[in-house]
Amino acid sequence: MISFDTRPESYHHWKLACDGPVAVLTLDVAEDKGLAPGYKLKLNSYDLGVDIELHDALNRIRFEHPEVKSVVLTSGKSRMFCSGANIYMLGLSTHGSKVNFCKFTNETRNGIEDSSRDSGLKFLAALNGTTAGGGYEMALACDEIAMVDDRSSTVSLPEVPLLGVLPGTGGLTRLVDKRKVRRDLADLFCTTAEGVRAERAKAWKLVDHVVKPQQFAEFVKHRALELAKQSDRPGGAGVKLSPLKRELVKVRIDAASRTAEITVHAPAKAPEAVEASADWYPLQLARELDEAILDLRHNHLEVGLWLLRTRGKAEEMLKVDALLERNASHWLVRETVGLLRRTLARLDVSSRSMFAILDRDSCFAGTLAELAFAADRSYMLDAEPGPSLTLTEASFGRYPMVNGATRLQARFCGERGPVQAARQVIGRALGALEARALGLATSTPDDIDFEEEVRIACEERASLSPDALTGMEASLRFTGCENMATRIFGRLSAWQNWIFIRPNAVGEQGALKAYGTGAKAKFNWERV
Amino acid sequence: MGGINYSEKIPNNVNLANDRTLQRALEHWQPKFIDWWKSMGPSDFQGAEAYLRTAVSVNADGWARYGAVKMPDYRWGIFLADPVAERRIGFGDLMGQPAWQQVPGEYRSTLRRLIVTQGDTEPASVEQQRLLGHSCPSLYDLRNLFQVNVEEGRHLWAMVYLLHAYFGRDGREEAEELLARHSGDADKPRILSTFNEPISDWLSFYCFTYFTDRDGKYQLKSLAESGFDPLSRTCRFMLTEEAHHMFVGETGIGRVVRRTLEVMKALGTDDPSAIRRAGAVDLPLLQKYLNFWCSSSLDLFGNEISSNAAANFANGLKGRPDESQYTDHVLREATLKLATPEGDQEAPMLNALNEVMRESYLKDCEIGLKRWNRVIERAGHGALALALPSAHFRRSIGSWVGHPVDPQGRMLPREQYDRRLHDWIPSEADRAFVRSLMQRVVEPGRMAGWVAPPDRGINNLPLEHEYVQLQ
Repeated sequence: MISFDTRPESYHHWKLACDGPVAVLTLDVAEDKGLAPGYKLKLNSYDLGVDIELHDALNRIRFEHPEVKSVVLTSGKSRMFCSGANIYMLGLSTHGSKVNFCKFTNETRNGIEDSSRDSGLKFLAALNGTTAGGGYEMALACDEIAMVDDRSSTVSLPEVPLLGVLPGTGGLTRLVDKRKVRRDLADLFCTTAEGVRAERAKAWKLVDHVVKPQQFAEFVKHRALELAKQSDRPGGAGVKLSPLKRELVKVRIDAASRTAEITVHAPAKAPEAVEASADWYPLQLARELDEAILDLRHNHLEVGLWLLRTRGKAEEMLKVDALLERNASHWLVRETVGLLRRTLARLDVSSRSMFAILDRDSCFAGTLAELAFAADRSYMLDAEPGPSLTLTEASFGRYPMVNGATRLQARFCGERGPVQAARQVIGRALGALEARALGLATSTPDDIDFEEEVRIACEERASLSPDALTGMEASLRFTGCENMATRIFGRLSAWQNWIFIRPNAVGEQGALKAYGTGAKAKFNWERV
Repeated sequence: MGGINYSEKIPNNVNLANDRTLQRALEHWQPKFIDWWKSMGPSDFQGAEAYLRTAVSVNADGWARYGAVKMPDYRWGIFLADPVAERRIGFGDLMGQPAWQQVPGEYRSTLRRLIVTQGDTEPASVEQQRLLGHSCPSLYDLRNLFQVNVEEGRHLWAMVYLLHAYFGRDGREEAEELLARHSGDADKPRILSTFNEPISDWLSFYCFTYFTDRDGKYQLKSLAESGFDPLSRTCRFMLTEEAHHMFVGETGIGRVVRRTLEVMKALGTDDPSAIRRAGAVDLPLLQKYLNFWCSSSLDLFGNEISSNAAANFANGLKGRPDESQYTDHVLREATLKLATPEGDQEAPMLNALNEVMRESYLKDCEIGLKRWNRVIERAGHGALALALPSAHFRRSIGSWVGHPVDPQGRMLPREQYDRRLHDWIPSEADRAFVRSLMQRVVEPGRMAGWVAPPDRGINNLPLEHEYVQLQ
């Protein structure tokens, strides 16, 4: 079982130090503390366990340290920043673990950019030594990259020449989309195993600053303070992220039907104000939902269908939404909405079928309605009295998908009419027929048919090819516009995942398997 | 260098006079090398005439021409050992295929890294030793220091030749970087950390030439096996010079031992403090220096388990020293039992080649120990025999990093180890004492009081010869 529940006191690989407006996250990987047996995390290389700590540390900074305005990512090792994902770990991993690992690391890197854009947290990568592969991709996610110029250290993306795979944690995409590295130089860079030293790295726009070793610490400090000036984070006391209670999000797994029910509960009584507590409903909801998704993704690979259910009183949930709306500029609201936004975005890229079940006692209102729109389809009971679906402003911009569109815009493929029609009914409890007429529910069986219809739909869905479904869902969920994030989750990840199953990478004589044994990979030279 | 007579100025057997690519590269690089030598080479001896050996060809009569020369005028040459006809790759997965006369594109980056890493150590050691001349124990030793220095300089030339001749623009850039990095410079240090420590006394210099240059010998021997023929030929010739460096180390330490035994005999005691008062190096102190330099040199062989070692061997880039003495040259099925702190561990031989090399290196190190100990025993002090430390002692790379192992290889409680560390390696007080001995002696034929004279002079000249003419 992979656990995502950690805290700074139990980190093996990262140190989090906050000093006024600047937090320093120092990567100092413990070789022997890999998540699985069979490999050592040499040269500050990482596995999922290292990234789980990073994810946790970022959330600590977001919630526990509102005084932090900029974050420095650096290394505790001498002349080595990070050598990227551990190759032996990748060589030993199943295809599923590799894909899950990459997805999670991608989400964490996206989360860094999300916090820079929306929460005023600025990130500085301080490359105090050699930076390779995933190490450089981590740096690419930061706002600025400072690199030590000791005439030896290099930055590199050696995946193609060395490992026969791609820099799949956003590396290829950020190089061109974000840093605007000229295409031919990017080609040269990505095929040069030894990488480039500081001077050329600067000239090619791979890094922003190159600094002599003796000035490096001072420069990083100075630059972090400069970045902090761009931040509007307020300071003051934070919210201690206490251990998860797992009260609001319940998961029930039926192994036989390979189905999980994720039931999300509205508050019994909505909070009346913003409370600086991990038990404050929206924050508790976000944390529990995040963990539930990650747990299902990483520990229950065969459970291919998630049924999204809700329980509780719509009026209480609507009060929560109103509270978030009224206090949108409060730092804790902003952080909580951010966490909800990133968590809902995890659903969008989860390789699972999702059906929303709007049954009699359900509560798809406000924020929880987004669950229905994240799903691939929804089944809504048509009965009197029956369930309702209630929209709020939350569905019109508070939780955009990673491509910047709302889930309703994606649902209607960018057509404005249906979105405007939905906007007209904000606040109204929509019955099944009205919801269906507005295009907000897929199927609306009556109470005689409902259970059987849902049963058959689930069984049918669970019988289809998991690979085909993953590809189909990923294609249909993101309609219309593309951006860097969708190119990372789509183009880059899809190619990477293809390469990950090709014999040229993972066959007995493939590059990933051969790495470290001295044997040369044997390629099938056909270009496909 | 325009219009110059290349074969006169730069002795070579690589057809420099007709190779425009090489000429262009060297015209740019050579003045920078001279500038580097003047600013980073032996301090304050640019005008001194040293009796040095110069290689003018690879023949028996050409590789060691002696004469007095000012070091900046030294004729650094470029030599490859004679080609072996129809040479084939002698190990790894490509065994039996013709050796490469050009860099295979596939291995460009790895070969470049091997050459740059080796090349970086050559000027580094010159920089590390640049202040030693001021405290030389004799003109004979001063000359030996300079001989070592100019030859390290020539080894730099040898590596730069490979970069210039075979690696295009990349190679030219790397060649410049070899002059731009400086030992101990916090802003642009040398690549390997051992080569960033200054060598501030002659006891350390003898140890360095004995232990660290011997690592160099092993690296060169393994590169001499390379399937990249120009690298192989270059390294084979370098080995003839490297032998002198180890000679300086072995005889240097041997002379210290002899002098100490004389002092002990004269004083009639083996009490270290009495020996120190008499201005000599007590044997336990010498043992600490051996422990220090041996353990730090062992780190240069790298991790016990190494993917680079495996790839370099399997791809025919870097073999084992004296590859022909082995029977299995492919090693696909072979394994090696490795001692780790967690117990013995079976590792694929290919990945464990650093350890193989480390073991044969240690055996080679024993040879000097035997000679010194024979002298110590003959003097009746067998109990003070010198020994090499365990390969697990004071390691800063590999699986033994941070483990409290004593020089005998025993695992100790951490607290005991920390308390006793300076029983095994020089303390600050030990180093201060050694520094106090470092008084400059420059009268021809005279020796400092802590070191015995050598058995003979250079090139059949008497010991009293003025091996370095100071201004």
